[in-house]
Amino acid sequence: MIRDITIGQYYPINSPIHHMDARVKLMITFLFILTLFFVNTFTGYIFVVLCMAAVIKTSKVPLKFMLKGIKGLLIIILFTAFINVFMTRGEHILFEWGIFTVTIEGILMAIKMCVRIILLVIGSSILTLTTTPIQLTDGIEYLLKPFKKIGVPAHEIAMMMTIALRFIPTLLDETDKIMKAQQARGADFDSGNLLQRAKSLIPILVPLFISAFRRADELAMAMEARCYHGDENRTRMNVMVLKSSDYKAVILLAVYCIALISLRFAATQLPFLW
Amino acid sequence: MSIKINHLTHVYNPDTIFEKIALHDINIEIEKGEFVGLIGHTGSGKSTLIQHLNGTISPTAGEIILDGENIHKDKAKLKEVRQRIGLAFQYPEHQLFEMTVYKDVAFGPTNMKLSAEEIDKRVKEALQMVGLSESVYEKSPFELSGGQKRRVAIAGVLAMNPEVLILDEPTAGLDPKGRDEILYAIQQLHKERGITIILVSHSMEDVAKLVDRLIVMEKGKVAMMGTPKEVFAHVKELEKIGLAAPQISYVLTALREKGYILPEDIYTVGEAVKALYTLLKGEAKYDS
Repeated sequence: MIRDITIGQYYPINSPIHHMDARVKLMITFLFILTLFFVNTFTGYIFVVLCMAAVIKTSKVPLKFMLKGIKGLLIIILFTAFINVFMTRGEHILFEWGIFTVTIEGILMAIKMCVRIILLVIGSSILTLTTTPIQLTDGIEYLLKPFKKIGVPAHEIAMMMTIALRFIPTLLDETDKIMKAQQARGADFDSGNLLQRAKSLIPILVPLFISAFRRADELAMAMEARCYHGDENRTRMNVMVLKSSDYKAVILLAVYCIALISLRFAATQLPFLW
Repeated sequence: MSIKINHLTHVYNPDTIFEKIALHDINIEIEKGEFVGLIGHTGSGKSTLIQHLNGTISPTAGEIILDGENIHKDKAKLKEVRQRIGLAFQYPEHQLFEMTVYKDVAFGPTNMKLSAEEIDKRVKEALQMVGLSESVYEKSPFELSGGQKRRVAIAGVLAMNPEVLILDEPTAGLDPKGRDEILYAIQQLHKERGITIILVSHSMEDVAKLVDRLIVMEKGKVAMMGTPKEVFAHVKELEKIGLAAPQISYVLTALREKGYILPEDIYTVGEAVKALYTLLKGEAKYDS
């Protein structure tokens, strides 16, 4: 079902991770994603997975929700694995078939790449599942503030993101409804060849676009009616304050980074760590 | 053709924090040719229930029996079920997408792979049934008025020649003229074609006037069932679940409290006019 798409979905529950400052969570997630590209050994990945498991446990969000994000990216993950298995050159050839050569290096590379993508997706899922979209965009706006001097419209970007995130569930619901309505008129979305299937999307896309434009129009009107005029002199109802738990999280992140660096360094010395 | 709903239960997002029991052990039977009204507060499960009837959502537990056969038994037959049970969603005009009114109404019959003549016949019939003239056939559905758009959308469902027509608040957001036009068209369908109709509505006036039987839903359960007169006699219970009796019955109750002798079971304006007329005539005689 279309409702299974969970991008940007928030999971409302009380947990230390939920209570953290959005800015800190954003920075940590950003750094975490960077460190993923720094890890190159299996020992390193095991360490990352363990740390992530601890974070997921603390967040109290069921693992099922985290994994939902991966389902949508399955094709990309499989494609990456495919490319890596067949395109990596190596010395230990397992078998050759025409232009395809499978090597041990290729398989190992494929596994690492897939793990990296999965960790990346789950990492960002933790952020969105534990942070409300409003907190998230407030955080982004704050972090983009320094770039205002060079002409980055931080407030406008944040507002656009808030609106976009706000409308993901709405538009998904809308799509669901339109699909059901067209199905009730005998529409068939999952049979026929590629061209027929593409054509069968028209009865969904046209009403969806119309409704999206209508909603945009209504929202713009409502914002104007409440005198919205952008960033100037705008104050906030919820002012973001760093708490002691945020500092603790930063310290933990530092420990995590140091551990990863030492692991990478150790791997060059001790080859059995891969 | 009868629809039988047996122990139907539906749970949204089972086993998660978002879990919501939308329907709980529903048992309803709907006979051929009946005009059934479905009322209930927002979130009482009306929309979920009607979506089960044509198989757009599958039950968590229980079954829907159409002419003695479970509609989910054979997935290949679901398309046929959807043709036999026409469902017009709330704000059905949001599903319009074609360049012309004619083409949009033809979408359903075309999906049924009917012959060109048959499609043409059905489209014209359907548009006529909802009271739209030939002058709109080649117009874009998006340049029509709200009421006309909605009628085009309902015609789109009618063109599939359903035996049962389910309408989810067909008059929501329409002006009084648009509302009357739609309700008149629905009434004609029921009278002339004998189509079974299930009408979801928030307007007690509309259901009191139109339906044979009322089903009242509350929190995913059937709270009451019976003729409009039977149901509206329980005003206190209805008010408790956020509904009410038709406004006219409150007017008559107020009059009765003032000492006028009026019958108790009047729920439509038409009946009220008659009763008041006889009352006034009687009083006039009494005076002279």
